[in-house]
Amino acid sequence: MSGARPARVLPRRLLLALPLVAAAAGGLGFYALLRRMEAGRYDPHGVDNPLVGHAIPTFAALPAQAPATTGFGAADLRAAGRPVLVNFFASWCVPCRIEHPQLMALARAGVPLWGIAYKDHEAAAEALLAEEGNPYHQLARDESGRVSIDWGIYGVPETFLIDRAGIVRGHWAGPLSADLVASEVRPMLGKYA
Amino acid sequence: MIPELGHFALALAVVLAGSQAVLPLWGAERRDPALMASAPPLAIGQFLALALAFGALVWSSVVSDFSVLNVAENSQSLKPLLYKITGAWGDHEGSILLWCLILAICGAAVGIFGGALPAALRARVIGVLGATSAGFVLFSLTVSNPFVRLWPAPMEGRGMNPLLEDPGLAFHPPILYAGYVGFAIPFAFALAALIEGRVDAAWGRWVRPWALAAWAFLTGGIALGSWWSYYVLGWGGYWFWDPVENASLLPWLAGTALLHSAIVVEKREALKIWTVLLAIGTFSLSLCGTFLVRSGILNSVHAFANDPARGVFILVLLALVIGTALGLFAWRAPRLMPTGVFAPLSREGALVVNNILLCAIAAVVFTGTTYPLFAQLLAGAQISVGAPFFNATVLPLAIPLFAAMVVGPMLSWKRAQLAPALLRLWWVALAALLVGLISAWGWAALPALGFAGAAWLVLGAFAPIVERARLFRLPLGASWVRLSGVPLAAWGGVIAHAGLGLTTAGLSGMALAEHRIVAVHPGETVAVGGYDWTLLGLRDAPGPNYTARLAEIRVARDGRTVAILTPGRRSYPLQRTTTTETAIRTNLARDLYAVLGEEHDGTAVLRLHVNPLAPWIWLGALVMALGGGLSLADRRLRIGAPLRRGAAARAASA
Amino acid sequence: MRVMHALIFAFLLVLPVAAAWAISDPAEMLKDPRQEARAEAIGRQLRCLVCQNESIEDSQADLARDLRQVVRQHVAAGEKDQQIIAWMVARYGNFVRLRPPFEPLTWVLWASPVLALVGGALVVAFAMRQKRPPPQPLSAAEKRKLGDLLKS
Repeated sequence: MSGARPARVLPRRLLLALPLVAAAAGGLGFYALLRRMEAGRYDPHGVDNPLVGHAIPTFAALPAQAPATTGFGAADLRAAGRPVLVNFFASWCVPCRIEHPQLMALARAGVPLWGIAYKDHEAAAEALLAEEGNPYHQLARDESGRVSIDWGIYGVPETFLIDRAGIVRGHWAGPLSADLVASEVRPMLGKYA
Repeated sequence: MIPELGHFALALAVVLAGSQAVLPLWGAERRDPALMASAPPLAIGQFLALALAFGALVWSSVVSDFSVLNVAENSQSLKPLLYKITGAWGDHEGSILLWCLILAICGAAVGIFGGALPAALRARVIGVLGATSAGFVLFSLTVSNPFVRLWPAPMEGRGMNPLLEDPGLAFHPPILYAGYVGFAIPFAFALAALIEGRVDAAWGRWVRPWALAAWAFLTGGIALGSWWSYYVLGWGGYWFWDPVENASLLPWLAGTALLHSAIVVEKREALKIWTVLLAIGTFSLSLCGTFLVRSGILNSVHAFANDPARGVFILVLLALVIGTALGLFAWRAPRLMPTGVFAPLSREGALVVNNILLCAIAAVVFTGTTYPLFAQLLAGAQISVGAPFFNATVLPLAIPLFAAMVVGPMLSWKRAQLAPALLRLWWVALAALLVGLISAWGWAALPALGFAGAAWLVLGAFAPIVERARLFRLPLGASWVRLSGVPLAAWGGVIAHAGLGLTTAGLSGMALAEHRIVAVHPGETVAVGGYDWTLLGLRDAPGPNYTARLAEIRVARDGRTVAILTPGRRSYPLQRTTTTETAIRTNLARDLYAVLGEEHDGTAVLRLHVNPLAPWIWLGALVMALGGGLSLADRRLRIGAPLRRGAAARAASA
Repeated sequence: MRVMHALIFAFLLVLPVAAAWAISDPAEMLKDPRQEARAEAIGRQLRCLVCQNESIEDSQADLARDLRQVVRQHVAAGEKDQQIIAWMVARYGNFVRLRPPFEPLTWVLWASPVLALVGGALVVAFAMRQKRPPPQPLSAAEKRKLGDLLKS
């Protein structure tokens, strides 16, 4: 075989090195994803919301959630005149309770926070807010969960940032942490203020 | 005390595995008989150490020693004994230890049964197995240690996921792992061949029984997993194209290709490089299958404890094992020159077609499983690839594969003609056509195609035997004499191919399944799939670590009672979960399948299925595995016997 | 930190689902069996967003149940399959489609069977073109043996 011409040997060598190259590329890809997962930039269970960058979905006014006396609809959100955080929550959801202190802090800082109780008993949600404090400026409830589906909600809590033109600018699925508020929510609020 | 003993044994296993890697490989390089001879005792020693470690873990679980973190998190004192034992491998740490134990068993098996192998080859095979083993036992000892203590020890363990408290799932991991890990032996043979720079017919003959054994286990393991999801998950599904399932299917496909290409190496001394690559690839896919699904990267229904740090360790380990193997391949494979002359139209040509199709299916499954990851990584886009994609792409590749599976064995080695082979299959084709036409009568086209394919496979599998015995052309007595001369290995192939036909029939039958979801009062009767189902009553029943609610359903046809089904629901207070207990009654032609759902206002929600031919899916897989076992029993393939002849031939030629 | 939270979040959502509550409410099914079959076929193409690797037809998650209902309402209203799937994609993105759309991003995916076959054929063609070492010339002893054989 040493007699074979090099011109024929080279492609053969390249072909036989192909599996190594392919496996290395695959391995690097997996490594990159693992690193992103560790850094929190990749969540295999996360679903990107297609609303980001688009106008909020149109929905008729939802009924009020006590202690509020009036609910709200898409028109009210668009007429808010300043950036608003919309938070979907439920009293039966444990991560919502984890998130609650962050919402209270945001409310104290004067950020307008609009809440939508997702598939909740009105009394249970009211009791929760009475017990842990009510961070919401506006409160409505989506008993059937249909409006939430229009927002692409797949679990609670989820939070959206709506700019003054009614365009969705930010979306966070899962509880907001202090880190997340500081690194993403606050800067974005500042940007669209 | 016992857990510490296990811990110590695990550490000892690392040392032994390391020596098993270094000494024999070095000895083979230096042609030092004493060093080479150290391989079997080291492999057996490593096996004994890991067996001790594993025994210690099982012991801790059986006596409910909750000071062991692993036991506290996955066991409870009320759990039945069987699940205390099998629970030892029900979680991440325990299953990794089981994985290592099986790898050590592979090394010891080569040490014990490989006595007839050339000393250098055996030393290298065992050395490669030792090197692989060292990495994974080290992983178990350092970041995935099952013997970590918990202090203060809790009074009661947290219990295992009740879904796993099931005999099918209890034995699923050992069988599946035996399949996954068994492919380490062909892998080690491939690496040894690359180091030696030589692959010949004898090598093909040595690799095949190991590959066959691993393949039979993997077939059984996959079937058991699929059967489990059929009767436990309770919605009548049996295969979901979930990443975890695909991860087991990939080595199966590659391993099937390996079995067939090794035949070509043995008979014709061709496809050598390809077979070596397949041996490396099959085990690499097994590794990816067992480990990448645990990293949490892939989005699967099956929940594993996700830990990216562990994931990085695993990835480095995989890179070392797979990277070294493929690097060695790129470097040394060019030396393995092809020798056999090759005609496209021949038995070996058909086996090449079989390999291309099997690998194409594997490539599609691999692409589909990992595509969402790379779409996310490279384009930042989220897409899903699910069952509709796999069904649409795998089926068109399976059809030519089925055709080749029957035509190939009718071709002769070296040079064959297609037309005579096809002519001799006329009765198979006719039968398949008839079955297809009959089942197309009133049913959908796809199941009809499936039934035709099943008939083609089952009958076609026997065609070479019929041909060999000249059945109906010679007097029966003469045929019988010829039939008894057919070697077991040939029968094994026939039976494995027929097994796939049975599975195909089962899959096609399931496409005709009927189901209904009903809310009924006790005493009420509903009709599903030609049967009358009457809910007789509902009652509570206590269990060891759960409470059960049972429904009694009478299934009748034309007024005659066919079966009494008692589906149930179990609630496990400790884990605060509820599981459904499906009731299934089969007569092989169909399954009656009932699930009990919620109850409200005096009605119970029932999900009732009639699944035609469902058991054939797993029966077929069992037959496939049996075929593999039968081939193994062939004297010519038996690990010891032919090796001696090969070694003698080699000694004579030297 | 964020990963931790994401894990808690995922865990809490997934837990009740893992119990495999494999039953749905018969009341949610459509009366017309043809429409119901169509709704089921559409549902099998849509991915449950909570339990993730199941279709909404298989999943017992609350959201999956709602989405099943939505599909049935749209089917009953006489919408085409494409319209219903587009409705879902507008809300949940292409993630919701178990059968990925044919678009530049997925060209390679959909072409994978053909690419694999072509690749296999190319490798075979390459291997067939490889020069094989010529058969070894007969040794003197072999020549003598052959000569003897031919003579006898």
